[in-house]
Amino acid sequence: MTAPAGGAREVLRLQGITRRFGPVLANDGIDLVLREGEIVALLGENGAGKTTLMNILFGHYAADAGTVSVCGRPLPPGRPGAALAAGVGMVHQHFTLADNLTVAENIVLGTRPLWRPGLGLAQASVRISALARDFGLAVEPTARVGSLTVGERQRVEILKALFRDARILILDEPTAVLTPQESEALFATLKRMVARGLSIIFISHKLKEVLAVADRVVVLRQGRVVGEAQAAGTDRGRLAELMVGAAIREARVAPAAAAGAELLRLEGVATAPAGAAPGLRGVDLVLQAGTITAIAGVSGNGQAALAALVAGLVLPTAGRLLVDGTVPARWAPRAALAAGIGRIPEDRHREGAIADFDLVENAILERYSVLTRAGLLSWKGARDWAARIIAAYDVRTPSADLPIRLLSGGNMQKLILGRVLEAGPRIILANQPTRGLDVGATAFVHGRLVAARDAGAAVLLISEDLDEALGLADRVHVMARGRLSPGFGRGQASAADLGLWMSGEAFAEEAHAA
Amino acid sequence: MAEILDILASATFWAAVIRIAAPLIFATLGELLCERAGVLNLGIEGIMVAGAFAGWFAVWSGTSLWQGVAVAFAVGMTFGLLHALLTVPFGLSQHVVGLGVTLLATAAAYYTYRLALPQVTTPPRIEPFLPLAVPGLSDLPLVGPALFAQTPLTYAAFATALAVALVLARTPLGLALRAAGENPTAVEAQGLSVTALRIGAVMAGSGLMAVGGAFLTLSAFNGFFFEMVNGRGWICIALVVFGAWAPGKAVLGALLFAAFDALQIRLQQTALGAALPYQIFLMLPFALSILALVMMSRRATVPAALMVPYRKGER
Amino acid sequence: MRLEPIATPSVARLVGLPAAAIGATLAVGAGLVLAAGGAPLAVFGLIIEGAAGSRFALLETLNRATPLIFTGLAVAVAFRARLWNIGAEAQLYLGALAAVVLGTGALAGWPAAALTVVLAAAAMAAGALALLFPALLKTRLGVDEVVTTLLLNFVVLLFVSMLLEGPLKDPRAMGWPQSARLLPEARLPRIVEGLRLHWGFALALIAAVLVWLVQTRTTFGYEMRAVGLNSRAAAYAGIPVGRVIAKTALLSGGLAALAGYSEVAGLRGNLTLALSPGFGYTGIIVAMLALLNPLGVVAAAIFVAGIFVGADSMSRAAGVPSYIADILLATALLAMVLALMFTRFRLSRG
Repeated sequence: MTAPAGGAREVLRLQGITRRFGPVLANDGIDLVLREGEIVALLGENGAGKTTLMNILFGHYAADAGTVSVCGRPLPPGRPGAALAAGVGMVHQHFTLADNLTVAENIVLGTRPLWRPGLGLAQASVRISALARDFGLAVEPTARVGSLTVGERQRVEILKALFRDARILILDEPTAVLTPQESEALFATLKRMVARGLSIIFISHKLKEVLAVADRVVVLRQGRVVGEAQAAGTDRGRLAELMVGAAIREARVAPAAAAGAELLRLEGVATAPAGAAPGLRGVDLVLQAGTITAIAGVSGNGQAALAALVAGLVLPTAGRLLVDGTVPARWAPRAALAAGIGRIPEDRHREGAIADFDLVENAILERYSVLTRAGLLSWKGARDWAARIIAAYDVRTPSADLPIRLLSGGNMQKLILGRVLEAGPRIILANQPTRGLDVGATAFVHGRLVAARDAGAAVLLISEDLDEALGLADRVHVMARGRLSPGFGRGQASAADLGLWMSGEAFAEEAHAA
Repeated sequence: MAEILDILASATFWAAVIRIAAPLIFATLGELLCERAGVLNLGIEGIMVAGAFAGWFAVWSGTSLWQGVAVAFAVGMTFGLLHALLTVPFGLSQHVVGLGVTLLATAAAYYTYRLALPQVTTPPRIEPFLPLAVPGLSDLPLVGPALFAQTPLTYAAFATALAVALVLARTPLGLALRAAGENPTAVEAQGLSVTALRIGAVMAGSGLMAVGGAFLTLSAFNGFFFEMVNGRGWICIALVVFGAWAPGKAVLGALLFAAFDALQIRLQQTALGAALPYQIFLMLPFALSILALVMMSRRATVPAALMVPYRKGER
Repeated sequence: MRLEPIATPSVARLVGLPAAAIGATLAVGAGLVLAAGGAPLAVFGLIIEGAAGSRFALLETLNRATPLIFTGLAVAVAFRARLWNIGAEAQLYLGALAAVVLGTGALAGWPAAALTVVLAAAAMAAGALALLFPALLKTRLGVDEVVTTLLLNFVVLLFVSMLLEGPLKDPRAMGWPQSARLLPEARLPRIVEGLRLHWGFALALIAAVLVWLVQTRTTFGYEMRAVGLNSRAAAYAGIPVGRVIAKTALLSGGLAALAGYSEVAGLRGNLTLALSPGFGYTGIIVAMLALLNPLGVVAAAIFVAGIFVGADSMSRAAGVPSYIADILLATALLAMVLALMFTRFRLSRG
């Protein structure tokens, strides 16, 4: 690593940035300096204010107080155009690409005066290809973005910034969607960039990669800068303590006592692709009582299809799904519920809860038919059920009559978790159950899933967080391009081994050997 | 059958097709602009009424025909601005606002008409656009009288279609509009304002809708009467779907629709027309539009962000 | 500028903003009156007087409100499940059509009570099926129901026109396209003898209460709201979204058709193309002003009917065109949805 000379030019300064959203103080007087040729990691757990800070820097939001200056010149607040013009580029966590346009069209968007005839796509493509070669960002300029993989889309996002000659690049959780190998390639690209004098802010909550890529680490907690260190002079333990505010005890999950009866089995299952997301291809999987089975892998590789299948939303186009050894007569969400499958959806806002329904109405979403007599809904029964969940799952709310959209993500997830677990499921589908939750809520969810396992449930945990999958699961599979790897027991596979499966390489080898 | 062939072989039939299609082309292009940017504009029916009235009223009050068209365009833009302000920065339901704008624009036109002409039962006439033969081309057999002896506003409809197609496909503005209807965050992240683009598209689109209405009073007929738009706006919304949100296909859809309409008018005067109630023929355009919607339903080319309000920083 | 959600809006906001919307509507109205050379206060006074200034006026308003309660309920029910039924006009006419097809002689000799039940049920069935078609196109093929219901309005009106000039034409009508009159036993009687208000109004009130009970007390009501607020989450939870939308369509279409039935059986006695001056479309305004609340629909329908009746009477007296009523209602609608948005969100910087 090339440590920047102490006297390197300062290219960016954030001073006293404060931003409030309703009652939440997302950023509280944050100061940050970035020097030329430097990679600064912005570390913090979910909700620490990292993304808000970067959105203020890029002009998506205006700060309530504080200033942003690039190379000594202040940026006008709330104008992405001004940030772009000043040489700031941002790679958003949720890509900002239009699927109906080509790579080149997405990249030139907004770079020419609106009324000037012609798009200059031919010239732009030449330049894009040159940049792609220089920085190791292979992508086809004429390809339609809708047909690209997640990794390719991220490269387009980076090329957008490079095409505009960005001097400062912000990457928001860039590795969340990458395999370990792809992440390595990204880090190599970033090193090439700083070698040419670009400066980078790298947002992450993963300690390992922060130490691997950054020169300097700035730690954020509850909207404040709580620490700063040269990467060379610190270690994971110290950073973790800063990030969470207390020494983290590595969650240690006792292995399952013994695997019980087989509850659910997939035999050579295929499903239809949904839009850009692949369907399943020849998936075999067995869920046994009293075990946690994790599906690791980069999102968008068929996990959604697997979850939809188990949740009862889609039917296999080939192969068989068996519950308790028999193929169910019909397969729909209600049939899945009736078969004792509890489902924690991936997207709690879109699939798990109805934002404008209150807690009671949300609590009975999967149970209301039980509370119905002669077409009438028993609101008393509904309130009792909701009260039981709120109490048992520590849902913090002033009242059960509040629209659920007013709850924090963690509390919303606790209600959904309670709704699922209180029904006493034998099989639990937990799809990214801790995404976006803080450490406390994550530990709570983990604890409840393990308790359910110990009580005899079969848990299917789908997670893009490799550490979570390896830490909790008694058995881990990897999903890539709609296919599922063989299962690995505790300690049988390292993160690097799984990475080979995540990239799809191991599948090819397996086919070769066979 | 022979009757139908006779009709199809006559230049007057094809001239009628072009004439019927022209206002639909204006309004369809207007709706298409709005929808490509991500806004469903159900104000179209009322904006067409307001445009028909405003264009006619201006000319009746003494302006030139082209000034009348400009007035209609401006009135359309004004209602478009109202629609856009409510649906874009404030993110209100595009359904509710659109229907509200249709009611408001229609009622405003009728109210003003009654204010200006309290007692009149037969609407006063104006001198409308006259056919303008294109030298040389209008003498071609069949094609000449069909295509090249139309009013200037008819030519303008096709020119507008070309212009809209070029702007959408070949200018940075068009690129930005297409992106705004697909993924507004892509536009915002490249430093452009989604709000400004959408407001602009809805205003320009509404202006075109109003010109489509004004075509009825200034080129197709020579006066303003109530109910004259008579569902054309709703048909244009179906045409946008039928044309898969592409200007060229939308124009083809409008021509196809106009051909059916012209055909049914002529069939009413044949033996078939004598045998069947005339309402059957009048139903045809509406039934065809529904059929077109059903046929196109499987093609997923809908702008992904259509009817999704964009709120900055929300993703 | 961004919109920021307000967790618990203040009472001032909840009351003040809708009041401001009404104020804005009145201001627009005043402008229109001034443009017509009238005196705003006097004209507003005439509208109020025309709507509620006498027993006759009040009954006229309630009569006019009757079909609006039905169409308002139809729209409120459908919009609640996010089924955009803009076709209440067509459903209304089909309901009226069913009533005259069966009620003008086909069932002669039946007792009045049986006739009433059969006619109302037939009307509801006709309207329900008319909306089921676009609802199925929506759930099965993804065809936008806004456009199909709008287009069907024209088809149905032409269909009714065809029948009125053909098989249903009253031979004694001297060439006018109108149906024969309902049998006297098939008519809805007046609530109080001598007062021009028929049982259709009472039926509308009963319908409003029943719809309210369905929405708040039954499982179907819960499913309807869940589908309307987030159909994806509803489907995930196992709610049969397609079936709920189809059932909603049947209910909504049936309610709109009752408007046609009640107009024919209660007020007019026969069917003409002048049966509805856009009651179906006005139902949308009624429902929106009532915030889709079935009991609110009654109040909103009476208010809207009052504006129309009052404006008609004012127009005769003061010479301001009666289209002012439509402008006022459109303005009220737009101002109200804006005001209600601001009870939930506030503007904040950046």
